[in-house]
Amino acid sequence: MLGLNKKDTSLLMFVVALSLFAPIILNIFPKDSGFAFFNGGYPDLMQRFAIFGIFAIGFNILFGLTGYLSFGHAAFLGVGSYAAVWMFKLLNYNILPALILSVVVAGLVSVVIGWISLRRSGIYFSILTLAFAQMMYAIAYSDLFGRWMGITLTNGETGLQIYNNDPQILLGNGPTSPHLFGLEMGARKVLSIGPWEFVFPVGYYLCAILLILSFYLSIRIFRSPFGLMLRAIKSNQTRMSYTGLNSKPYTLAAFVISGMYAGLAGGLLAAMDPLAGAERMYWTESGAVVIMTILGGVGTLIGPILGAGTIKYMENIISKMNEKLLHDWFSFLPESLEYAMVWLASWFTGEGWHMTQGVLFMLVIIFLPGGLVQGGQKLASRFRRNKADDTATNATPAE
Amino acid sequence: MDVILPQILNGLDKGSAYALIALGLTLIFGTLGVVNFAHGALFMIGAFCSVSLSRILNLSYVTEDPTQTDFLGKPLKVETPYLEAWFGPEFGGALIDWSVPLAILFSIPIMILVGLVMERGLIKHFYKRPHADQILVTFGLAIILQELVRGIYGANPIQTPAPDMFRGSIDFGAMLGFDPNVIIYPYWRMIYFFFSAVVIGGVFAFLQFTTFGMVVRAGMADRETVGLLGINIDRRFTIMFAIAAVVAGWAGVMYAPINAPNYHMGMDFLVLSFVVVVVGGMGSLPGAVAAGFLLGILESFASMTAVKEILDGIDQIIIYLVAIIILLTRPRGLMGKKGVMED
Amino acid sequence: MGILEVKNVNKRFGGLQALGDVNLSVKENSCHAIIGPNGAGKSTLLNCFVGKLIPDTGSVMFDGQSVLGRTPYEINQMGISRVFQTPEIFGDLTVLENMLIACFAKRDGAFRMHAVENMHNERDIVEKAEHMLEEMGMIDQKDDHSASMSRGNKRRLEIAMCLSQDPRLLLLDEPTAGMARADTNNTIDLLKQIKDERDITIAIIEHDMHVVFSLADRITVLAQGTPLVEDDPENIKGNPKVREAYLGEAA
Repeated sequence: MLGLNKKDTSLLMFVVALSLFAPIILNIFPKDSGFAFFNGGYPDLMQRFAIFGIFAIGFNILFGLTGYLSFGHAAFLGVGSYAAVWMFKLLNYNILPALILSVVVAGLVSVVIGWISLRRSGIYFSILTLAFAQMMYAIAYSDLFGRWMGITLTNGETGLQIYNNDPQILLGNGPTSPHLFGLEMGARKVLSIGPWEFVFPVGYYLCAILLILSFYLSIRIFRSPFGLMLRAIKSNQTRMSYTGLNSKPYTLAAFVISGMYAGLAGGLLAAMDPLAGAERMYWTESGAVVIMTILGGVGTLIGPILGAGTIKYMENIISKMNEKLLHDWFSFLPESLEYAMVWLASWFTGEGWHMTQGVLFMLVIIFLPGGLVQGGQKLASRFRRNKADDTATNATPAE
Repeated sequence: MDVILPQILNGLDKGSAYALIALGLTLIFGTLGVVNFAHGALFMIGAFCSVSLSRILNLSYVTEDPTQTDFLGKPLKVETPYLEAWFGPEFGGALIDWSVPLAILFSIPIMILVGLVMERGLIKHFYKRPHADQILVTFGLAIILQELVRGIYGANPIQTPAPDMFRGSIDFGAMLGFDPNVIIYPYWRMIYFFFSAVVIGGVFAFLQFTTFGMVVRAGMADRETVGLLGINIDRRFTIMFAIAAVVAGWAGVMYAPINAPNYHMGMDFLVLSFVVVVVGGMGSLPGAVAAGFLLGILESFASMTAVKEILDGIDQIIIYLVAIIILLTRPRGLMGKKGVMED
Repeated sequence: MGILEVKNVNKRFGGLQALGDVNLSVKENSCHAIIGPNGAGKSTLLNCFVGKLIPDTGSVMFDGQSVLGRTPYEINQMGISRVFQTPEIFGDLTVLENMLIACFAKRDGAFRMHAVENMHNERDIVEKAEHMLEEMGMIDQKDDHSASMSRGNKRRLEIAMCLSQDPRLLLLDEPTAGMARADTNNTIDLLKQIKDERDITIAIIEHDMHVVFSLADRITVLAQGTPLVEDDPENIKGNPKVREAYLGEAA
């Protein structure tokens, strides 16, 4: 279907189902139950799942296929956000022109950065992209270009926002929050079934549709001759060039495609909440997308989505665990032990999310370099083997 | 001259820090072939050695002074550092005052321990893994170390003063015959520069003139052959890692009075140090040092008022710009060798 | 006029004269071997043919066009394919995928943005690749991970990839180095078959005299970067100069 083979089609259907039913799956615990804390089905978080899923899918096209590790992809995300907010400021709150400009601007920037960085490979490439991203962060943070041109371009530390005196030439009587031809992103339907409550936000569904499209496109790229060439680059560049192939334009194309994915993600962030700040471009953010991709499974199709979802979910849940909650959870223990456990847990929760993140990075790289997808496959094959063993042992006495 | 000299001087201390960190990065990269993203964290741990020693030396007990009262009318509580009680106010006070220079000694066992644990416990297992894995696992480690320090010392910068006698400034201008107060330079920055120069010189001398250093240099050039000679190169490389850790730690120890240590200073310096290493030429020790000073001084020039009037804020991106230009014109960096990290 | 004309090629590395006044002409549809003791400059010469090295002076013409200053992929697109001493294949990919890449490169050139095209629509390419594998007796292994194959099979795959591009000149760099006797003989048979069945010129660098004399129509002996003699295999066998050049090594 749609030019995909059976396995890929079912993978796509899985992602479609996951995206469409996310509001239900993520709010599986009744509203008043003790586990409601673990529900993730609120708009802000679900949007992040989809947006960072797109970001990671794009990153995986570069890193997963060609093996070029960019440490500066957050720059394209940031550029996308700024471009989108500028569209809101100049035209109106319609997100369509904003998203288009996000993708285009991120694409253009990635052509320049990619063209220069791809003159080197390996660790040099990683450091060049890192240097570029940090430079762009510095430019955005102190609004250098704006200062040179005598205007406000990124609005520095404060971040770019929309003010009443912005031109917004097409605004008229239209909505005053991001919308798609009148359909406001902030709108939502709440469905209460008994003790359960499910929220269906418009903004999330827009992100989810774009996630599905992005995922479909990435499958097509993976399965195309172009995708094969990208994998060839990762495998053996010497053979590549002696087979008559110029690896430069292939890698640059992959770089730009993944930059445009990042731009789309950045634009969506702004479309959900019309601001843009430099902190989105800081280099640790680039590190985060690398980890999402690796956690899920580099070079696999579904991996980046799983990785982005896992990281964003953990970030959200873990950073809102506070001391009071921890005390509640450990209250079954003797008091001294309770305090010890809370003390220990507080290193990793609340503000300690970063610590958990660091630990997670290390654990994944050390024990699961193939990511969740590989882990799942290993588990599945072990399960299958056990089953086979069982039947074998069962079969023997029968004879 | 009176315009240029201050900028060179101002660039020296930052350049020294870049050079020291980049030197260690290059040593680790050259000997172990590992790209260590946790190297900035070593610099930060060094700075917090200063903070810790200063706190330890300041440990005090509280007595009540009946002759004085506080604003509530109660007897005034006086904190007396144990050191002053034990060694008398003069010597004890001097020890406290000199906590940063003393931290140079204090940091040695700590940095060696951290370095050894890092290398033996983690990085050893990543020699044969792809560079991407090395980058990411050390990146994770850097985050953990940074968060540990934040958990212990809090998020705010901690002022850590240099000894009293170094608090003033030298009037270089007056010494050179310019008007007084035109070219002034804080003593401590001067000391930082000389300290770095001595450390860098020491590392080079160690590599150049000892048998140990010769083996390490040979191993950097051709690890397999040296291994074939029956020399246990791995153990020597482990020791080199510890030395690189101490060098980064010292850079941090002495930097504490210049910039109050905070938990993210390692990450802030790391990116620039990598740029320095690449500009100098991956695997080249003199290149790392030269590029460190060069970029430090360039940064300082870019922050001159005269330059800022033309291109405001250029000081924030000058290092990156220069690095990109150098890499485009000299792909191997200033002093890079052919064949090092070509793929 | 040969298909590959090498004129007055010199190459120095620092103080070492790697190649000195090399003149060489490889005739179309022949098998030309370049032999010589270790360090005679055989590999340096080969690298000058494929764009890896540029000689200090002299010219290398392929079919009337200079190859100097061109990149390896441009030279491949001119019709020169190279087989390496250690087989260079796409180890992460399957055998069939290796072949597909070579076939795409032949049809589409050095770069084509076929990003969302579907592999199902490339039936002719897949058929061509599978046909080539069948010819090489590797069709049963088409879905195998190519890195896990034996060295002999890797070599076979590498040659298959080269042949699928219908090169006019096939360069072989010690194709049997490091192989067991059985693999060596298989490779010789394969190359003989290629030579007999195709309109192809082969230039081979080899150490193993058994291989050379089984294949070559013409032999150039290189010593210290300079051609010593060029002659038919029969004459080379008894040539005292050649003996001398090799004696130092044998002793």
